[in-house]
Amino acid sequence: MAQVRAYVRPMAGWWRRNPYFVRYMIREGSSVFLAIYAVILLAGLFRLAQGPAAWDAWRAALASPVSLVFHWLALLTVGYHAYTWWKVAPKTAPDLRWGNRPLPELVITAGGWAATIGASVLVYVLVRWL
Amino acid sequence: MADTRTIEIEVLRYNPEKDLEPHFQSFQVPFTHDTSVLQGLQYIKDRLDGSLTFRWSCRMAICGSCGKMVNGRPELSCHTFLRDYFPGKVRIEPLNHFPVLRDLVIDQTDFFEAKLPSIKPYLQPKEEKPLSEGTYLQTPKQLQDYYQYSQCINCLLCYAACPQYGLKQEFTGPAALALLHRYNADSRDRGWNERAELLNAEKGVWGCTLVGYCSEVCPKHVDPAHAINQNKVNSTMDYFGLRKLLMPRGGT
Repeated sequence: MAQVRAYVRPMAGWWRRNPYFVRYMIREGSSVFLAIYAVILLAGLFRLAQGPAAWDAWRAALASPVSLVFHWLALLTVGYHAYTWWKVAPKTAPDLRWGNRPLPELVITAGGWAATIGASVLVYVLVRWL
Repeated sequence: MADTRTIEIEVLRYNPEKDLEPHFQSFQVPFTHDTSVLQGLQYIKDRLDGSLTFRWSCRMAICGSCGKMVNGRPELSCHTFLRDYFPGKVRIEPLNHFPVLRDLVIDQTDFFEAKLPSIKPYLQPKEEKPLSEGTYLQTPKQLQDYYQYSQCINCLLCYAACPQYGLKQEFTGPAALALLHRYNADSRDRGWNERAELLNAEKGVWGCTLVGYCSEVCPKHVDPAHAINQNKVNSTMDYFGLRKLLMPRGGT
């Protein structure tokens, strides 16, 4: 075949061209909030080991307006992350069968949500009443 | 016909002999309830501008030739209807992430000459049986293990849907990796080891970040995202030497 001058289209801004990709970027970006939240929790553990004064200072820092705004934002984005996590779970799961038919994707997603809600309620009960 | 309406079709034009970069050209195309986007393009080529260049063959969503970006989404143009876009306009571009040779024609060389052969897309039995011993038998359940992944028609819509392929050309990509899984999942095949180096590599399953759009656009419901991501587990087990212990037939 004769060589032709093929045109290669640029990829710059690719994720803004399709709402599907925008949602993907939000999904990936939301994990940053999760990571920061984990670091804050770890810092709390570290401060607890330093004694009551350090622990109280950490607790006081959590109650600051900046911290409250961050935690609300983190809760929202982590909630979205959890939603997408279970949404893609059927893709990461092995080929699951119910009898001879593939297990419907909705069952895997719903199972994930049931486990999430069950675990959250359990933790809440343990922390609140025990 | 009474129910004939007219829709605007915008087509990306690129003539490698004249143009430095592509541009859009607009056409007014009459259509009825059953006019496909492909037929719209054929109308343009037959009646309005004979120089418009695009691939097509079967017109019934099985040959995999006529993939285009239709309003930004990878579609088989024979499987997509103008009525669904009216009264808006339809914007048709060549499949994303491939070099454009002319108008709507992309260069498929990377897939057909590099990616597809690299996964060794053929059965590799443990040992060749002489013809006298008859065919390799398979139960319906064993057929089910790979049937869905064997439905791929190589239309490349999934590559046009995969930003990872667009960003890193060395990524083996959705269709080829789904076909890799199709052969690995076949009870008659013992080629896991032959394909393992590619599967386990960054350009194999680990190049996928589970955007998931490939499975959304696949016209044959192959679900490449599932084929790839379940193999991240296989790849991890292979790394720790667990596949041989846990999988039937020694994981081959």
